[in-house]
Amino acid sequence: MKKIEAIIRTHKLEDVKNALTVAGVQGMTISHVEGFGRQKGHQEIYRGTEVKVSFVPKIKIVAVVQDAMLEKALTAIVDNAQTGKVGDGKIFVSDVAEVVRIRTGERGEVAI
Amino acid sequence: MRRMKTFVTAAILALLLIGIHPLRGDAASDPSGVTIGSASDVVGATPGAPSADDIKNMAASEPLAVKLADVVGHNRIAINMVWVLFCGFLVMFMQAGFALAETGFTRAKNAGHTMAMNFMVYPVGMLGFWMCGFAIMMGGSGGAASIGGGSALANEFTINLFGKDFGLFGSTGFFLSGSAYDAVIFSMFLFQMVFMDTTATIPTGAMAERWTFKSFMIYGFFISMFVYPIYGNWVWGGGWLSTLGKNFGFGHGVLDFAGSSVVHMTGGVAAVAGAMVLGPRLGKFNKDGSPNAMPGHHIPMALTGCFILAFGWFGFNAGSTLAGGDLRIGVVAVNTMLASAGGALSSALFMWFRYGKPDISMIANGFLAGLVAITAPCAFVNSVSAVGIGVIAGILLCYAVFFVERKMKLDDPVGAISVHGINGAWGMIALGLFADGTYGDGLNGVAGPVKGLFYGDGSQLAAQSIAVVTNIIFVFVVMYAFFKILNKITPLRVAADLEENGLDMAEVAVNAYPEFNINR
Repeated sequence: MKKIEAIIRTHKLEDVKNALTVAGVQGMTISHVEGFGRQKGHQEIYRGTEVKVSFVPKIKIVAVVQDAMLEKALTAIVDNAQTGKVGDGKIFVSDVAEVVRIRTGERGEVAI
Repeated sequence: MRRMKTFVTAAILALLLIGIHPLRGDAASDPSGVTIGSASDVVGATPGAPSADDIKNMAASEPLAVKLADVVGHNRIAINMVWVLFCGFLVMFMQAGFALAETGFTRAKNAGHTMAMNFMVYPVGMLGFWMCGFAIMMGGSGGAASIGGGSALANEFTINLFGKDFGLFGSTGFFLSGSAYDAVIFSMFLFQMVFMDTTATIPTGAMAERWTFKSFMIYGFFISMFVYPIYGNWVWGGGWLSTLGKNFGFGHGVLDFAGSSVVHMTGGVAAVAGAMVLGPRLGKFNKDGSPNAMPGHHIPMALTGCFILAFGWFGFNAGSTLAGGDLRIGVVAVNTMLASAGGALSSALFMWFRYGKPDISMIANGFLAGLVAITAPCAFVNSVSAVGIGVIAGILLCYAVFFVERKMKLDDPVGAISVHGINGAWGMIALGLFADGTYGDGLNGVAGPVKGLFYGDGSQLAAQSIAVVTNIIFVFVVMYAFFKILNKITPLRVAADLEENGLDMAEVAVNAYPEFNINR
């Protein structure tokens, strides 16, 4: 089982969610985050004084998938979150030790 | 703490003793309002009105006309009093405008505290003004004939200098009691009080996000009881600035139609003193002195607040005719709105050209700057001048914001010093330049309409300049000393860790946004 953590542009959420659902990913969790990568934020001016905006608002999607589903999920995210401009985001994939469905107590891949 | 309590108790007792001194009411005072407004108020009301002799002589031959004159006089006064009160209610609503503008332009973690200061300044200022501020300011003003009399306000403390009387402060009307319990005087109190509170709320903007609520409350009493009233007496209460024309030939004496200096300069200069003693917010200035921007948390709130202020300003300026029957009110109102438009547009264009974008927070400030600047000259200028005064105010505002932040190194979160202090002074000077001679015959006891430098009379500008200098010196010295001394008794500034976390819960026992994750 793999955990996908995808950091994407805020306005790409609907597209990515729909694509993941079509690809067969059953569920996901999102959070509103801020961050920067090589984009390093940007410069604004407020009342004549520079505001260094280091952290840019993004959406983080966390989804746990079966190993077989991983490539389809990654393709769905990349195709729909991409704009070609700096700031498109990143995906981190890690191994998941255990999954539990709280309602029934089921464990393992069936609990995803 | 005990010393403070003892001092405050003693002060209140002392004022009570002064207040009950005129134990019996003045025969002319009428709290019921029944005898106010009569045939004598018809005399001189219009160019074609009957004279006092006309009415006396007609009593025998035209008894009905004399009775009708009584009702007409009553109605004339009624129109004026209703106008003054209604405009006073509009100005009261500006408190909401200030509260929303200041809170919107400051950070979310302090929203409760910023709103609380703007809220509390209303009752505190009102009670201070009721106790002694109004008496000091208007106690010797002679009342207001247009709203029915108030002649019990006849005690002005004067000194004699250079062979002339210099009025310094009034002494009738403490606790609105004794002879001050009169329908006219009460209406005057309401109208004057809401103007005073506009002044009192200005420093809360410059001192937001790090001022202790306790020292703010003490400030609220001090400015409403003493500082605002004394300068106010000098300009509006019959004091020495208003008689500079009668006494020394300086135009019509100091003229400030609705309070560019009495209200806005006093507030702005007090804000300078307070911001100096208080110091900047943590993180505002770097070690090398360069400033950091701290954007406001709620722009829709701030701009709505500015619209509410513009709405209330119709009461502020047009109400200052003190007469609904003074048909200059349309000119006053239009000049007011035109100046606001000029200020908004010029500040927008300035920021657009200078920084590539029209910064709406500066535009909102420019909008208010135009309103502040037109407040003194609104009744005396034409529409082209009004627009011009506003346009210049907007540009002055932008330069002032940079000057205050980068040169004076003062932290003014909402631009209060630049909007009210700088443009209050500009408004006074503008009157001395642009007054066009179409209004003001007889003001401050000087015959003829009011003319500024560009219309042939430089002496009015001289009077205006004296007022500007006097206000700056008087208000700054008194308020700086007050804040310095107060800081020794109880700290002006919250503790550093409290300031980092936000003032709301610690200072006013609430969180403005308890259900939201906010940046701290």
